[in-house]
Amino acid sequence: MFAFIISRILQAIPVMAAVALISFAMFAYVGDPVSIMLGQDFTEAQRQALVASLGLDQPFFVQFAKFVANAAQGEFGLSYRLSRPVAELIAERAPATLELAFCAAVIAMCVGVPMGVYTGLYRNSWLSRFFLTFSLVGVSLPTFLIGILLILVFSVWLGWLPSFGRGDVVQLGWWSTGFLTVSGLKALILPSITLGLFQLTLIMRLVRAEMLEVLRTDYIKFARARGLPNRAVHFGHALKNTLVPVITIAGLQLGGIIAFAIVTETVFQWPGMGLLFIQSVGAADIPVMAAYLMLIALVFVVINLVVDLLYYLVDPRLRVDRAAAKGA
Amino acid sequence: MRDRARGLALAFALGMAWVAGAGMAPGAAQARSVRWAASGDPNTMDPHSQNVGTVTMVLQQIYDPLIKRERDLSLAPGLATAWVQAEPGRWRFTLRDGVKFHEGEAFGAEDVAFSLQRALQPTSNFGIYVDTIERAVVVDPLTVDILTKTPDPILPNKLASVFMMSKAWAERNNAARPQNTRAREELFTTRNTNGTGAYRLASREPDVRTVLARNDAWWGWAVEGNAGNVTEIVYRPIASDATRVAALLSGEVDFVLDPPLQDLGRLRAAPGVKVLEGPEVRSIFLAMDLSRDELLYADVKGTNPFKDIRVRRALYQAIDIQAIHRTTMRGQSVVTGTLFPEQVNGYAKEEDVRLPFDAARARALLAEAGYPQGFAVTLDCPNNRYINDEQICQNIAAMWSRIGVRTAVKSQPLAPFFAQVQRDDTSIYLLGWGVPTLDALYSFQSLLATRAGAQGDGIWNYGRYSNPAMDALIQRMKVETGETRQATIREALRLYREDIPHIPLHHQMIPWAMRSNITIPHMANNQPYFRWAVVN
Repeated sequence: MFAFIISRILQAIPVMAAVALISFAMFAYVGDPVSIMLGQDFTEAQRQALVASLGLDQPFFVQFAKFVANAAQGEFGLSYRLSRPVAELIAERAPATLELAFCAAVIAMCVGVPMGVYTGLYRNSWLSRFFLTFSLVGVSLPTFLIGILLILVFSVWLGWLPSFGRGDVVQLGWWSTGFLTVSGLKALILPSITLGLFQLTLIMRLVRAEMLEVLRTDYIKFARARGLPNRAVHFGHALKNTLVPVITIAGLQLGGIIAFAIVTETVFQWPGMGLLFIQSVGAADIPVMAAYLMLIALVFVVINLVVDLLYYLVDPRLRVDRAAAKGA
Repeated sequence: MRDRARGLALAFALGMAWVAGAGMAPGAAQARSVRWAASGDPNTMDPHSQNVGTVTMVLQQIYDPLIKRERDLSLAPGLATAWVQAEPGRWRFTLRDGVKFHEGEAFGAEDVAFSLQRALQPTSNFGIYVDTIERAVVVDPLTVDILTKTPDPILPNKLASVFMMSKAWAERNNAARPQNTRAREELFTTRNTNGTGAYRLASREPDVRTVLARNDAWWGWAVEGNAGNVTEIVYRPIASDATRVAALLSGEVDFVLDPPLQDLGRLRAAPGVKVLEGPEVRSIFLAMDLSRDELLYADVKGTNPFKDIRVRRALYQAIDIQAIHRTTMRGQSVVTGTLFPEQVNGYAKEEDVRLPFDAARARALLAEAGYPQGFAVTLDCPNNRYINDEQICQNIAAMWSRIGVRTAVKSQPLAPFFAQVQRDDTSIYLLGWGVPTLDALYSFQSLLATRAGAQGDGIWNYGRYSNPAMDALIQRMKVETGETRQATIREALRLYREDIPHIPLHHQMIPWAMRSNITIPHMANNQPYFRWAVVN
C-alpha cells in the first residue's frame, strides 16, 4: 500500500514538471507584459531597463529554472498587473471558486441522481422524456449562453436574483464566505446552476443507464421474488449499486468544475480564481497565469491519486493482481 | 438514508423558495448613492504611477490637480487659483488658501514641489506631463515657481493631469516615489489614498469593489457649478459585456461607462435607462511601414509600395468610410481626415478634409504606381482595444481587396498586438490615439516625429515615418507660443494631409449608459466627474 502511494507520487512529479514547462513556454508567446506596463509614454532606455528588471532578457532555460525553483517553494513572485504576491492573490480568490464549485457539485448530485433514478424507473413517462430532452440542452448549450439566459430571465425580467458578483461576504479568518448572508446566498444560485448544469445532466444520464443495467440483473429479480416492496428494491438494492461509478465520475468532475469555472466566473463577474486568470491573460500577467495552471494541474493530479487509492481500497482484484505479478 | 435524502431535497427546495421569495427590489438604491460599473479595474491607487484611463477615472474623484478641466475640457482653477508665464522659462502658480487633505494636513507649496518631483521620478508613468520641468521653487507657502528647461507654453494643459498629494503623508508612509509596477513592488499608496478631492476612498477590494465617500469639507463644493449631490460611489468592474448591460437593466448598477455598441438600441428602449452620447478625444487611423525597402508582410519583393504616395492615396481613396460609419460603428463615430478631433488645441477645420472615396481612381493610382494587379499585404489589428476594432479592419480589408490589394487581417488581443507592433514588426496596422493634454504636440511628437533619443519623440511611430520638414515643425511647436505656434500646428496639419503618413478613419464616440434619475455631463476625455452628478 505504502509502496503504491510512493510510486504514484513519483509518477506525479514528471507530470507536474511537464505542465510547468508547457505553461511557461506557452506564456513566453502570449504577449509582452512590458508594453502594457509602460503605458503610452516611455523612452527606449526605460523599456530596456524594465526588460532587464523583469529578467526577460535572460535565456529561456535560465528563466525556466528560476521559475521552477521558486514554484517548488510556493513562490510565484508578484503579479505584473496588481503588484501583489501571486500566492496571496490566489489564496484570496480560492474561497470564492471553491464555494461555487461546491454548490455546483451539490446541485448536480442532489438534482441529477433523483432525475436519473426517475428516468431509469419510468422510461416511458412524459416527465422522463422531458428530463431527457432537458439534459440534451444541458449537454449541448455552451456555459456562457446558459449563464446569460439565466441572467436575462431571473435578473432582468423577474428581478429576483443578482446578475453579477458575490453579494456580501463574511470573513472567517482568511476564508471569505458568502454562505452567511442573504445576498451571498442569492448571488450563489445562478452561477452554481450554470456551472453545475453540465455535470447534472451527465450524472442524470449515467444514473439512468446504470439503473437500466442493474434492474435487469438476477439479484433484482430475486429481490422482487422475495416480495420486497418496489421502494426497497429500487433504492435499497438498485440505486446503491449504481452509485459506485457515479461517485467516481462525480469526484473526477469536481476537478473539472474547479478548473473550468473560468467561463462561469467571467459571465457572472464572480471574484474567483478563474476570473483572476482571465484578467491576467488580458494583461499578459505571466506569474499569475503560470501559478494558476500549476495549481489546476496539482488539483487534477491529487484527485487522480485519490481516485486511484479509492479503487485500490474498493476493488480487491487490483491487490490480487499486483501480488500475483510479484510472485511470478 | 432515503429519508435523509428526502429531507435534504426538501430543505434545498425550501431554501430556494425562501431566497427567491425574499426578492430583490430593482433600483431600490439608497438615495444619492451611485453604483458604477465598467469593464476594467484600476490596478493601483498611486496618483503618479499608472497613466491609464481606468486608474484616472477613480483617482480624479479623490485627488485634485493644480488646474481642473471644465465641462468643455477648458482649463479652470483647481488647487491653483491663478497662473502666469512670468518669463519664458518660469511659470508662477498662486495656490488656493485653506485647502486640507482628507487626513487633515494643510495643502501648500511644499506639497506642489513634492508632487511634481514625484511625478518626475523614473518610476512614474506621468513623464510626458512634466518632462519639461527643471524644478519647482517654493516662493512662499501659497506661491510656487516652476522652472522649465525650455519655454513650455502648454504647461498648464499638462498639469491638469498631475495630481497633488501630501508631502508629509507620503514621507510618513515611505511612498516618496511612485509605486514601481515594473519592479513589481507594492507601496502604501497602492491601496491607500490621501487627496484633497471631492471624494475619499472608503474601502477597496481590488477587482471586486471600490467605495468612495463624499468629502463634505472639499473646497470645491463652495465653487459655482459643482452642484453634485452624490454621497457615495460604489465602483465594481464587470468584464463581461452582456452581464454589465444586464446589471444596468436589472437595476443592480446605476451607471455604465462603457456599454457595448450592439446593446445601445436595447438600452435606449429600456424603461428607466438612458444613453448619453458624445465624442471622445481618440482618433482611429492606419499607419504603415514607411522605412523598410521591402515590406515584411507583403508579396512585393525588392521594393516598398507604401513609400509611393500614389499607393497611399489609392488605399486611402478605396476606403468607403461612410459605410463603416453607418454599419460597423452604427453611427457612433465622427469621420475625419485629420490627426485629432476639434477638442484638441490646434485643430483646423479646413485641414479636416478626407480624400474622397473613389474606387476607380484608387485602381488607376495603383496602376500608375506600377501595381496594376495589386499586391497582397497583412493588416495588423487589435481586437479588444478600440470600439469594434477588428470589424473595422475586416471592412477595410474587403474594400482594399476590391481594388486588388489582397488584404489578410491579423487580429490579436491587445497584449500580443502591442508587443508585435512595438518591435516595428508590421507592414500596416490600425491604431487609436487619445490626447490627454488636449494639445496637438502630444500627437505629433509621439506619432510622427522621427524616433530619436529625445523623450517622447516618435515612440509610437511604428511605421518609422521620417520627414525633416515635419520634424522641424514639431521642434518649433515645443517652444513657440501664441499665434505663431497655432500657425505652426496648422502648417503641420497641412503637411499631414498632403504627405499621408497615416490613413485617418474616425474619432470614436463614447456612449455612457445610466439610470434615468442620474444627470452627469458627458465628457470627451471619457471621465465621469461625480462632483457634477445629480441623483434624483
